[in-house]
This record gives sequence, structure tokens and C-alpha cells, in this order.
Amino acid sequence: MLRVFALALALLCLTSVAQAESPATEPTTDIEEVLQQLRSRSFDDKAAAIDALAHSGHPRADALLKALQDRRLLLDRANDRIVLGERADGGWQLHDPLSEADLGTVESRAAAPITINNRLRRQIENLQAVVGLNNPDATLRRAAAISLIGTKDPDLLAALRERRAREDNTSVAAAIDTTLNTAALYSEDSDLNARLNAIEALSGSLEPTVRNALRSRLDSDAPSERKAVETALKRIDARTARYQTADTLFFGLSLGSVLLLAAIGLAITFGVMGVINMAHGELIMLGAYTTFVVQQIFPQGHEWSLLVAIPAAFLISGFVGVLIERFVIRYLYGRPLETLLATFGISLILQQAVRVIFSPLNRSVVTPEWMSGAWQINPVFSLTFNRLYIIAFALTVFLGLLLVLKKTRLGLQVRAVSQNRQTARGLGIRSDRINALTFGLGSGIAGVAGVALAQLTNVGPNLGQAYIIDSFMVVVFGGVGNLWGTLTAAFSLGIANKLLEPVSGAVLAKIFVLVFIILFIQRKPRGLFPQRGRAAEE
Amino acid sequence: MNLRDTFRRDRVFDVVRPGTRTIKPGELDTGGKYLLYMENITVSFDGFKALNDLTLYIEPGELRCIIGPNGAGKSTMMDVITGKTRPDQGTCFFGQTLDLTRMSETEIAGAGIGRKFQKPTVFPEHTAAENLELAMAGQKTTWHTLVHPLNGEQRDRIAATLNTVGLLDRHDHVAGALSHGQKQWLEIAMVLMQQPKLLLVDEPIAGMTRQEVERTAELLQQLAGEHSVVVVEHDMEFIRSIASTVTVLHQGSVLAEGKMQDVQNDPKVIEVYLGE
Amino acid sequence: MRHSDLKTALTDRAARWFIGILFGAVALVVLLNQLIPADSGLHVSSYTVTLLGKYLCYALLAMALDLVWGYCGILSLGHGAFFALGGYAMGMYLMRQIGDRGVYGNPVLPDFMVFLNWQELPWYWLGSHSFLFTMVLIALVPGLLAFVFGWLAFRSRVTGVYLSIITQALTYALMLAFFRNELGFGGNNGLTDFKDILGFSLREDSTRVALLIATAIALALAFVLCRYITGSRMGRVVMAVRDGESRARFLGYRTEHYKLWIFTLSAVLAGIAGALYVPQVGIINPGEFSPLNSIELVVWVAVGGRATLYGAVIGAILVNYGKTVFTGIMPEAWLFALGGLFVAVTLFLPRGLVGLADNVRQRLRKSDGNNSNGTANDDQPEAPHEPA
Ligand SMILES: Nc1ncnc2c1ncn2[C@@H]1O[C@H](COP(=O)(O)OP(=O)(O)OP(=O)(O)O)[C@@H](O)[C@H]1O
Ligand SMILES: [Mg+2]
Repeated sequence: MLRVFALALALLCLTSVAQAESPATEPTTDIEEVLQQLRSRSFDDKAAAIDALAHSGHPRADALLKALQDRRLLLDRANDRIVLGERADGGWQLHDPLSEADLGTVESRAAAPITINNRLRRQIENLQAVVGLNNPDATLRRAAAISLIGTKDPDLLAALRERRAREDNTSVAAAIDTTLNTAALYSEDSDLNARLNAIEALSGSLEPTVRNALRSRLDSDAPSERKAVETALKRIDARTARYQTADTLFFGLSLGSVLLLAAIGLAITFGVMGVINMAHGELIMLGAYTTFVVQQIFPQGHEWSLLVAIPAAFLISGFVGVLIERFVIRYLYGRPLETLLATFGISLILQQAVRVIFSPLNRSVVTPEWMSGAWQINPVFSLTFNRLYIIAFALTVFLGLLLVLKKTRLGLQVRAVSQNRQTARGLGIRSDRINALTFGLGSGIAGVAGVALAQLTNVGPNLGQAYIIDSFMVVVFGGVGNLWGTLTAAFSLGIANKLLEPVSGAVLAKIFVLVFIILFIQRKPRGLFPQRGRAAEE
Repeated sequence: MNLRDTFRRDRVFDVVRPGTRTIKPGELDTGGKYLLYMENITVSFDGFKALNDLTLYIEPGELRCIIGPNGAGKSTMMDVITGKTRPDQGTCFFGQTLDLTRMSETEIAGAGIGRKFQKPTVFPEHTAAENLELAMAGQKTTWHTLVHPLNGEQRDRIAATLNTVGLLDRHDHVAGALSHGQKQWLEIAMVLMQQPKLLLVDEPIAGMTRQEVERTAELLQQLAGEHSVVVVEHDMEFIRSIASTVTVLHQGSVLAEGKMQDVQNDPKVIEVYLGE
Repeated sequence: MRHSDLKTALTDRAARWFIGILFGAVALVVLLNQLIPADSGLHVSSYTVTLLGKYLCYALLAMALDLVWGYCGILSLGHGAFFALGGYAMGMYLMRQIGDRGVYGNPVLPDFMVFLNWQELPWYWLGSHSFLFTMVLIALVPGLLAFVFGWLAFRSRVTGVYLSIITQALTYALMLAFFRNELGFGGNNGLTDFKDILGFSLREDSTRVALLIATAIALALAFVLCRYITGSRMGRVVMAVRDGESRARFLGYRTEHYKLWIFTLSAVLAGIAGALYVPQVGIINPGEFSPLNSIELVVWVAVGGRATLYGAVIGAILVNYGKTVFTGIMPEAWLFALGGLFVAVTLFLPRGLVGLADNVRQRLRKSDGNNSNGTANDDQPEAPHEPA
């Protein structure tokens, strides 16, 4: 084995040198020949072929080895040739192994997968790892090193040591060290000191395989070793727990930003204008349905249709909001309980309208590619992209709104009208227009929130209802009329919810949070950040 | 220096003093020289000091007029006395023992402080008579009001008071339908029904005719003596017609205090208030 | 000058009319159901009997809400919770009445507990086999919840929409809780498959008639009680609290006590309504806690007219009749109608049908040419004053 390996290494160096020096050299004939060796019945021959293939440096080598693993490398009996193939209605769809050119379909019997045994399978995996270890890309080298954690194969370990000696990237070196140290734990002939050092070095690692290796030394004969293992395990568990807390916090933040998005429009209509809009949830729902409709209109545009959906949702929900203000709410200023009832009626109508138009069933919205996936920070901690985007989006909307209210003329007038309608009118502010615009702004933001929510949940007629109580809780908890209060409240409620969930289950967590807010409001009826002054006392 | 303590110095604790009347907790102790002690009261709203180190004493049976420019803090002072606003600093005692800064609005009203608000605040959907019934002194617990209908004597008192303020023929009109002046009278009648030890009257004559103003002046003077009355008014003629002692508030503290004559001639007062 | 005692509450004109019409209608339905043979065109089916019983339960619930909202100004969006709690208390008794006739034949445990592999009754089910104890529970559970909740809320002066929103949160939280199987109230499915009440089969027409009569009596008693309270001095204080709470405080009233007792009484009435409702419809499940139910109930009162008590009853019966008709003919349209009703009533009928009738009557009287009384208050009541 060692011999094969050395050969392989030499070959590898040679081919890469050769490639570097004379790019014109075509390795095709070479690899074709190697490939055809796989036709042999003898596993030893196949092993040699695999080795040669792995070290050929050919760009297709990796793909071909994978195909071999997946039993997609076939012997085309008619031509006695190795080809690529997939199952296709009872037969095989064949491709050229190098050019991937279509070779047509054949009957099932006309081709057979090249068989490999476990030894060859291991060999392929190891070879892939070794090749990976020498990949010019440091990330891939690191990934290869990590994939080898737990291996006891002496050849691989030798390769690792060899690479370690040449490695100048610290992160890759650290990964190789972890792998070597883990191997040291498994090796029976290593001396106690070496093992103790290895344990010491491994004691912060989060890899599950490392943890298993350490646990396997718990029944060691040497008490000092057992103790060292125990300490190391404790440290690992502590670190894991810390990352799990971070994970919970991240989930809490993302729930918080969902709450923020849902509540932020309400913070304007309720907080700034004093209007209780029970149809707020349905404006969110309209935003979500807008996302759905936009995707229906652009079936090919999942990657960018969000960019259309956001302004569209803002406009549609905002427009509906303006209609609600013009036709209902404006007759009810100063009568909050009546406003509550009327807007609730509107929410029923909107819900039912959606049920009639889109069916009562849930629709789902396709999440764009760039929003799926995750940022893997370490084996126990990763941040999913869709949640990261939602957090960023919520904060952006929040800051944008803050700017609009603080820095623009509209914002100034909105605040003036909300503080004193009569005086503002006396100053020549057209409070009618301002009211409609403010309400439209709050409603539009609800629509934008709907676009974001559509990425997380199903879009259905009850979407809004699910959020309306939570949104009110957030606004009231934070203190009516205070945007920063809304922000704080949203994030603290989100995090509290997620911290409670593992302890009590999701439903109970929600109940606890509700009860907490009910009690909190009774202690501080004006929320976390109360408004002071005469206006607040009305 | 705390004036209230000075007056207490000659007295030992009630329990160790043999043979004197003991004051039950929550009951008004009018043993001292003054009925109301406001000392060093400061109230600020977001940094703006509506009252600034205000000190004011009211004697039992006194009729005191408070004047001062708009925003001087007159209504805020009444808010502090009635428990609507809590002072940031200072003490406010009613009699010797009742710390108004620690009592709720209800307790303060129960202890014997009645107030007529600047903006008339009657119950618009109750009739005039019912408004007085609500204000009437007596037990105000839920159970009591549930099981005890008005008795004849109480009804007579309501009728008599309505008569005093000239609203007897309006007794079964809802208060919301009364004119502004009638509402003012109704509110004065409500304060009368409370039979308070201390009446706080904020701008009583706004919206009244000359004759009615005179009647109000008469009424207030009648009340003084048995009750202490604090009147806030901008109408100087009215003040002159009833005043014994006048206090001038300016920017939340006392600018001058004394007989109307002296105050009127005080150059400081002239400058900030009477001058124009 | 108004003054009141129990006698006037029983005998004044409105009370006589109310009780007369109520019992007249019930008697008619009962007679047509019991005495007229089923094949006659005049026969009233027992379905209708139960339907009327259901409406009367809703009417009682609406009256309870009118007491707190119409008279005391507390817009509770959680009264459905008290209704449901009363219903669950009754449901527990009815579950125990099933005995070993359940699917699993367990003499003690209700079916859903056997299904969940529970070995014994949870402690809070003890005593549920006794009707007397159940009657106590029906009043006590909603009353206690309202008392504790109200004590906390009113003491710290949570009012207006804030109060409405947290009452809504309350019923929402309860709904989530009752959906859980672990709570021991049948989870999703709730309590159902009842057989008997006090030994009488719920399937018998006579039992249904008896339940209807019991409901009518409860409604009449509640009406007299509420009339008595709202006509008393306490009632006038309560309305004063509604129109100017802080002013009432400056007059020396502990307004929070008034609100607390009215709220608690109202919750008890709602609980009783729920308890009468459950044997008639044969099921109670967590859906009754849904915020939508509570807010729908508000519209009944708004449609009928606030602060009249009988307005709430009229509203409850009319809206629910409309719902029955609508959901029969065109179910999709019901929510549109209900939503439209919310909007229309708040915009055009602030005092409900009763207020509309009053206005019409006054118009007619005026156009009769009788000399008009200058200060009569035929206009809308003006907005309540708060002390400046
Ligand atoms: N709750 C409050 N919040 C903010 N500022 C207040 C509040 N109450 C009073 N103020 C301020 O305190 C100052 C004093 O007000 P106050 O009502 O006591 O004046 P006043 O002497 O009664 O004036 P007027 O003669 O106009 O009635 C005013 O500047 C007012 O704006
Ligand atoms: Mg004033």
C-alpha cells in the first residue's frame, strides 16, 4: 500500500509538473487506457487503475471516481468499453466518460456497472482525501483533512504528516493536527505522554468524531489519561453548549425580526396615529399574496421576482390602507374602540375575499436560490441565509422608516398631526392628506412584511391572524409611539420565546410569553418606554 | 426648615398623651395652625419645571386667591394637591398627618378635598341631579351604593343644592345638554355636595354673566369660614371683590403673597403680570 | 329623580315587556313542539327548540358583555373565554355522566384519557361527577379568572384599547392551552359524545325543552339582576366611571372596585351562558376560545345597541339568526356580511337598532307638530369629558 502511495505521489508531482511545463500535452490517451483497465475482473487490477486514475491529474478524474462509487460507471458490452450511464426506463442512457457526449440508450442487459468491493471503496475515499489534501485551494484541503478525522489508516496518516510538514496555512494545519491527534488516541502503541498531549490538544474541538474518539479513551488503564479525557470532554460540552445558546439567540433574533416586521407598520398606525387597525394582519397577508402572484406572473424569475414583489406589495397594501383610512377610519378618529371594531370587520372581509379569489388552501412561494443554504461556522453552529436576510431586511426597513419619520417633511407633519390635530390644521398642514399618507405608509410596510413572511411560512388566508395579536403585544410592550421600544420589544420577545421553547415546548412558550406580557402591562401600562406629557394622558 | 414640624414640637405622640382625642389613621387632624402644607414642591415635565420649589400654606377657613400668568403652574399645583400629579420633590400634607403625595386620588377626595376643574368636567350622560348624587358626601363603596337607594333627606339636599346654583328646573336634563355656564354651576354644585374641608376652584367664572359672577363671589365667601377655599382666577375684578389673601405664582413658584392692595402695588408683580 | 329597588327592576315597563315577550315566545315554541303532532304544518321541530335555546344562551352572553361594555366602558375582547370556561365546567360533568358507556367502557375515565393512557383522573376533574359542585365551578372558574385578571388590570389602570388587547391575548393564550392534550380537557376535540344530564337523556325532546326553559329563566333572572344593578346608585357610578373615570376618582370613588365587580359578575353570567349552551349543542372544544368568537359577540351588542341590556339580546338573536340563514344558503357570504356589519354599525348606527328606533320615534313625535322641547337630547351623546 505504501508503495502504491509513494508511486501515486510521485506521479502526482510529475503530472502537475508536466502540466505546468507543457500545457500542450494531452493526457487523454493515457487516461483512456487507465480507464479501460477497470474492465479487468481482478480487484487488484482495478485497485491499480483507481490509483492511476486518481493521480492522473485529469480534470475528469474526480468525477469518474465518484461515478465508480455510485455504480454509474458501466461496461458497455457491445463495444467492450467503459462508459458513463444512468438508468432510463428499463435501460441505460450512456455517455462518453470523458466528453460526456450522448451515446444513446441501450437495453438493460447491454451494460453492467463496474463492481467494486469495500476495500476498493475505502481506497477511493482515501485517495480522494489524499488528492484533496494536496489541492491548491486551502478550503478544500481543510475539508479533506476534516473528512479524515477518525481514520487509522497508516498510509493516510503518513500522507497527513507529510502534508503537515509542508502546510503553511494555519487553519489547514490545525485541521490536520486534529486528525493526527485523533488518530493518536486510537493507536494502541502510542505512549501515554503522546496521548495526553493529543487529548490536551483536542479538548476544544467540536467535531463529533473527536468526541467519540475521546470517549473511547474513557476506559483507559491510566488514571491520568481518564482524567484528562474527562476534562477535555467537559470543555467540549461547555463549548457546544455555548454555541447552542448562540444558535438559540440567532433563532430568537430571526423570530424577533419577523415580529418587528409585522409590528413596525402597526407602530405607525397605532403608535403614531393612535388608530387600532385590526386589519393590519390582513395587510400583511395581502403582501404575502402579492409575492405569490408576482411569482405566478414570472415563473422563470424566482431569483429576482422578490425585487418586484417588495415594491408591489408596498403599493398594494398601502393602497388598500389608504382606502380603509379614507372610507372608514377617518370618521372614527378619537373613538378607538369603534375603530377597532370597524377594522376588524374589514379584516374579515379581506380574509374572505382572499379565500374566494385564491381558494382557502395555503399557497407556497418559491424561495430563491441565494436565500437557501447556510453559513456553516463550525460543526455545531450555522446561520441559515434566509434568516440572516430577514434580520437584515427587518433592520433595513426599521432604519428606513426611522429616517422617513425623523428627517423628511412628511415625518415632521405626521408627528405634528399625531400630537395635535387642530393645531396642525391651524398651521396649514392638510391633516386629511397626512392621515391618509401615514396610514398608507404603515399599511405599505405591513405589505413588505408579508413579502418577508412568505419566504418563511405558507401563504394562506389566516396568515394575518397569526400575527395580529403578536404584533399588538410587541407595540404595547415596547411602549406606544416609540419605534425604538418596538425594536427592543420585538427582539426581546423573539429571544424569550426561543429560549423558552426547548424548556417548555413551542405552545407553552407562547402561552408563557403572552401571560408575561399581560402581567407586564399591568405593572407598566405604558410599556417599556412610556411616552410622557399631557398628550399621553388623554 | 419644615414649618409643620415646628408646630408639632409642642406635642408628644398621641398615644402617650393622656386624655386627648386620638386621630385614627386616614382621618384629618386639623390640630395645627394650617390645614394644607405644601413645602418645596417641584414638578418637572421632561426637564421643564412646572412647579419650582413652591411653598404654600392654607389656614382653616381661609379664602385664598391664586393668580398668575398662563402656564404659571396654578392648575399643576391643584393637580399635586388632588393626587393627579406626583411631585418630584417636596412634601404636601393635609392637616397634621395625611401625606397627600402618598395617597391616591380617591383617598384624597375621601379625606375632604374637592375640586372644580378648569375645563368643566361633569358627567354628560347623567342628569344634573345624578351628577350631584355622584358627588354627594357619604359612603362610596360598591356594596353601599348597590343596596342603599337615596333616602329622602339626601334627595332634599340635592334639590337644595340645585336650587342654590339655579339648576333646579334642569334637574332631569342630561348634563351634556347644559350650556357652558350651567356646566360651571353644576360643577360648583358638585363640589358643594362633597362637603369638603378644602375646596379647590379653578377658574370658576369663565362663561358666566355679570350677575352670576356676583353670585359666585357671594357663594365662595359664604363657604369660606367653614371650609378653606382656594380660588384660581384671571379676572382681577372678581379677585378684588372676594380676596382676603392673594398669592401670585410665577414660573412655578410664589412671587408675592399678601393683601390684594399690597400685591397689586408690588413692582415685581406689576412687571410680570399686571403690568400690561 | 330616578331611584330604584328590586321592585322597580322587576316591574318597570321595559322589564315587563322583556320578560313577557321572552316567555311568550318560549311558551309558544314549546307548545308547538310538544302538543302539535309532527306531521302538522304548525309543528316546531326539536331542532328549532334547540336552536332557540342556543340563541338565548348567546343572548345571555351578549347581555353579560353589555354590562361591562355598555355600562362600564370596558370593551372585553375575551368574553368568549368566560363562556367557554363555563362550558368546559359543564362539559366535565356531562363527560362523567357518560360513565362506562364510552367507546372504551372505562367507568371513571373519559374516553380521551383512556386513549392517552392516563391511569387516573387529574385532580381538577375530582368532584366533576357532582352536579352541585359543577354549578359552583360554572360560576367560580370564570368569576375567579375575571377577578384576578381584573384586579391586576384595573388596579394598574390598564384601560381602553390596551385592556381590549390584553383580554384578547388572554383568550388566545387559553385557546392555545386548551388545544394541548396534556391539559386534560380533550385537546383538539374537546369534550363531546354526551349522553345524559341529571339522568335525563340529552336526546329526548323533553330534555331539550327543559333546557330551553332553564335558559329562558336564566336569561330573565340575569336581566332583572342587571336592571337592578344598573338602576341602582352603583349603576350610576359605573356609568360615571365609563364616561369619566378619573373624574369619578376625584369624587372619591374607588373606580377599580366598581369595574372589578362588574367585570367579575359579567364573567359569571358569561360562564352560566356557556354552561347552558354546552348540553344543547352537545360539544365544547377549544375553538370557543378563539378571539374571533369573542369579537363576533361584540358586534351582536353593537348591532342591538349598547347600555340597554335588551338591545344586546335583540342583537344576539338577530345576528345569529342571520348567521343561521346565511350559512345555510351561501356560506361564503357570511363572513362578508359579518365584516360589513361591523363597519356599517360603527359608522352608521353608533347606538345600534335600539338607538335607531329611538330616533325614529322621536322624529315621528316631532313631525306630529307637538311643540318641540328645546333642550331635549335627541342628538348623539357628546364625547365623555375627562378632567383637563
Ligand atoms: N402633564 C403635563 N405634561 C407636560 N407639561 C405639562 C403637564 N401639565 C402641565 N404642564 C406644563 O406646566 C405648565 C403649567 O401648567 P398649568 O396648567 O399648571 O398652568 P396654569 O397656571 O394653570 O395656566 P392657565 O392660567 O393657562 O390655566 C405649562 O407650561 C404646561 O405646559
Ligand atoms: Mg390652569
